[in-house]
Amino acid sequence: MNTLLRRLYFLLIGLFLTAPMIVVAGVSVNVKQSLTFPPQGFSLAWYGEIFTNPEWRNALIASLTLAVLSAALAVLIALPLAWFLWRRIAPWANIFQLLGVAPFTLPPVITALGLLTFWATTGFYGASWTAVISHAIFFVTLPLVTLSLGFTAIDRSLVEAAATMGANERTIFKTVVLPLIRPYLISGYAFAFVLSLNEYIVAYMTVGFTMETLPIKIFNALRYGYTPTMASVTILFVAIAALVFGLIARFGDLPKLLGAMAAEK
Amino acid sequence: MRREPPQKIADYWPLAFPAGMLTVFFVIPFATMIAVSFFQRQQGGFYTPAFVFDNYARFVSLFFGRVLGFSLMLAIAVAICCIVLGIPFTYLLTRMGRKAQVMWLVALLAILSLSEVIIGFAWSTLFSRTAGITNLLVMAGLMQEPVALTPSFGAVLAGMVYQALPYTILILYPALVRLDPTLTEAARTLGASPVRAFFTVVVPTLRNTIIATLIMVFIFALGSYLLPQILGRPSHWTLSVLITDQAVYQSNMPFAAAMAVFLVLVTLAMVGLTVLIGRKGDAP
Repeated sequence: MNTLLRRLYFLLIGLFLTAPMIVVAGVSVNVKQSLTFPPQGFSLAWYGEIFTNPEWRNALIASLTLAVLSAALAVLIALPLAWFLWRRIAPWANIFQLLGVAPFTLPPVITALGLLTFWATTGFYGASWTAVISHAIFFVTLPLVTLSLGFTAIDRSLVEAAATMGANERTIFKTVVLPLIRPYLISGYAFAFVLSLNEYIVAYMTVGFTMETLPIKIFNALRYGYTPTMASVTILFVAIAALVFGLIARFGDLPKLLGAMAAEK
Repeated sequence: MRREPPQKIADYWPLAFPAGMLTVFFVIPFATMIAVSFFQRQQGGFYTPAFVFDNYARFVSLFFGRVLGFSLMLAIAVAICCIVLGIPFTYLLTRMGRKAQVMWLVALLAILSLSEVIIGFAWSTLFSRTAGITNLLVMAGLMQEPVALTPSFGAVLAGMVYQALPYTILILYPALVRLDPTLTEAARTLGASPVRAFFTVVVPTLRNTIIATLIMVFIFALGSYLLPQILGRPSHWTLSVLITDQAVYQSNMPFAAAMAVFLVLVTLAMVGLTVLIGRKGDAP
């Protein structure tokens, strides 16, 4: 009876989490251009639309480019910072760790508005590269947290052994530290990539009028009537996120990564 | 290699790039926003440097008080729903096999990473007249004809709980995973039912974690800016929505900035409260 109750509870939570996606998936394979569920017929045309319709394709390319670049920049900011904090005793430097986590802790509209006022004041408002920097700052928390976690997991005696054998700082970093930190580096990048792909408010407030990312495109489309393409994009995004996190779980220790990630906050 | 204090200036070079980026693109924008909140608004969407409190004075109005009250009430409601649903779920999840755990975690992360736009679109479809769940009720013969369930307060609440539940579970996960299983085993040996053991042993042990999670989910929900617009009526708009609205559509940056500063203060007060509770939790 108890296991039955527990299964029912998990089923209900599972249903709550999947129901919107099931409906959206149903809508995305509709034959006609209308949002109906259960779907009438079966067609993958709306998935093709993402790649053939120039508007949707451009939005997809803009989103992917932005996510690839901003996640890379976030890692470039996080890696030296996390390494420095692990290698050196400099308590005041922890303030930068705090600054790195702050944009993610505050309501997102605040970081977005701060960046909007900044880009408007400096006169760069609307330039597409500002979106890369804005996203990188907004998501730097993710690689910073995973990397800090990775550094604490390093056995210092390994590094010490390398130093005793005469390796200099650069060699130690390349041959010992970097290989040990790589899985955390990759998952930090992947987290930042997926979240950047889905980000709306920062992109909207900083480059919304000049560059249309997929979430912005979906929101704009919402106001002028729904099309099944929005449903197919949604399913595409869910699939990308599930794939990326599935890969992290496959090649890394997801429970451990999450255990320490939340403890860090 | 032991940690050492930096000996020469060159030891600081790894800090240069991250420190520079965070200062220029986070600290300075934040300071700019605070400065703009005191600026004077000009007709036509521009503003000039000044030091006035007009933007803050606008808070003291019935309209603003109502929006703030609604935002806080909505965030509290979301946090409570998430805790009530999330604690038993996370507790049972941590007692499952590793493979099943990883599968759920991947699914939760995938939903957590979804854009508010997508969540809003998915729920508005689920609650729509043409593709919504009411169609299933009609098919089951429980309803005469399908109806639209949005815009409504219930739709906003459902969407926001959907957005915040994975976040809640992932915050609770580490605390529950590390929970000593001998505690409940002892209670079970003494004859308590699993449900009784959960409420008399697990919940009290986690009191501080639960309060801290409540506050974190509350802050998370406070940041929601699209779901109230997509799923609700203008009367369901929150402070975050108003800030976006003032900044983008009304071009009133000083007022938007003043509201944002106020939101920061509310959030910081909440974070302070979490830290305070966490400190108390460390003491025996």
